[in-house]
Amino acid sequence: MITIQHISKRFGNFQVLRDVSLNLRGGQCVALIGPNGSGKTTLIKAILGMVMPQSGTVLFKGESVGRQWEYRRGIGYMPQIGRYPENMTIGQVLDMMKDIRKVPEETLDRDLFEVFGLQAMLQKRMGTLSGGTRQKVSACLAFMFNPEVLILDEPTAGLDPVATELLKDKILAEKSKNRLIVITSHVLSDLDDLATEVIYMHEGRPLFHKSLETLKEETGADRLAKAIAKVMANQEMMKEVIA
Amino acid sequence: MNKIMKYVIADLLRSRAVLVYAVVLLVLSFSVFNIEDNADKGVISLLNIMLFVVPLVSIVFSTVYLYNSAEFIELLVSQPLKRGMIWMSVFAGLAGALGLAFLIGVGIPIVLYAFTVSGMVLLACGVLLSLVFVSIAMWAAVRIRDKAKGIGLSMLLWLYFALLFDALVLFILFQFSDYPIENGMIAVSMLNPIDISRILILLQVDLSAMMGYTGAVFRNFFGTGWGMAITGVVLLLWLVAPMWFSLRFFDRRDL
Repeated sequence: MITIQHISKRFGNFQVLRDVSLNLRGGQCVALIGPNGSGKTTLIKAILGMVMPQSGTVLFKGESVGRQWEYRRGIGYMPQIGRYPENMTIGQVLDMMKDIRKVPEETLDRDLFEVFGLQAMLQKRMGTLSGGTRQKVSACLAFMFNPEVLILDEPTAGLDPVATELLKDKILAEKSKNRLIVITSHVLSDLDDLATEVIYMHEGRPLFHKSLETLKEETGADRLAKAIAKVMANQEMMKEVIA
Repeated sequence: MNKIMKYVIADLLRSRAVLVYAVVLLVLSFSVFNIEDNADKGVISLLNIMLFVVPLVSIVFSTVYLYNSAEFIELLVSQPLKRGMIWMSVFAGLAGALGLAFLIGVGIPIVLYAFTVSGMVLLACGVLLSLVFVSIAMWAAVRIRDKAKGIGLSMLLWLYFALLFDALVLFILFQFSDYPIENGMIAVSMLNPIDISRILILLQVDLSAMMGYTGAVFRNFFGTGWGMAITGVVLLLWLVAPMWFSLRFFDRRDL
């Protein structure tokens, strides 16, 4: 559904993405992991057209997204840090988004809105919300318009355990609808039940892109966290051998 | 486009700063017209206040607003919306709110006390100046990422147009006072939208006689239809050019 071809991005002297090529298909739940500053968020922003890469193209359903905007109709995006106009209330933000997307009211997906209990907080101003509540609003907005692609940047950061479980249930439900879901997270245990594919980013390059099963088989680990640890350990060894 | 403009204006009105601006202008204008018994004299006094206050408020307020709504703009960019459209809507919202505040604050007293050609020219120039300085603010805010630096730049730009430019012109005028530079002065004055407005209004109130030979040359140029047309085009250029540059930059910017 999304094809990334030879994308490179540099911020000043800092090379964030180095010739990244990936192919993401529908029905998959892709876990995008890697250390801080490895280019995960920049990659996501390049897909969304928020960051303009120096070279390379992103194809959404076979069409280049450069300077396009219509394709974002098919994407629900939950940012790492949801930042909203401080003066607006939750209700106003939701209304504005509905207004922008022009989707009929009855086709809206209001599941998260209900389970997170946002109804009771409609009058609260965004500026007064806690980080977790803000995340709930972000999540609610990402899922609301039934997008074909869901891009979730650190969705569980700041959420309480109950909300995390509710969100995970929702993600699983969406996965079964043949949607493409891209998740970045540092909480690998959260990704264990969700991910079907794993992309490991390192210094702006995808080190590997494998299905979760293959990865577990290759490393002989039963958990994602252990598998990643083994891969990393191997890499360190490789580096030492080369040195 | 209308939708986003609507939200920008609603957001601006909620902050009340625009409302205060309109009320201050209203109070200033009423007191000026109550002090001066002659309508034209009132227009002149108001002109001096307006040329100082309107550019300052327009440019600083817009820059601050643009930096404060960075999150809002970021949110919109991740939605199925055209970038150019987002930027134009923000401009339209800011320009609409500030232009309206000026129209209410100065327009009502002008209609009541100085419903003359000079009064109308003052009103038109004030609205145009508001738009021009919002446009310059858009350019400053899009070029500079850092909020403090951006606001600093917008203040410097205002200082340049309101004070430094005139000092520079005076300096040139004295240095070359032995030469016939009156026609050149018309060209130089086109480089500053505040000066254009000042000359346009002064010529309407017959004060140009006080400006000596230069005044006569100005009268010859600005008094004709051609002169007025060229001046109007230059003012419009001052409005469109910064906005166009900022639009081009915003289209390629990383958020």
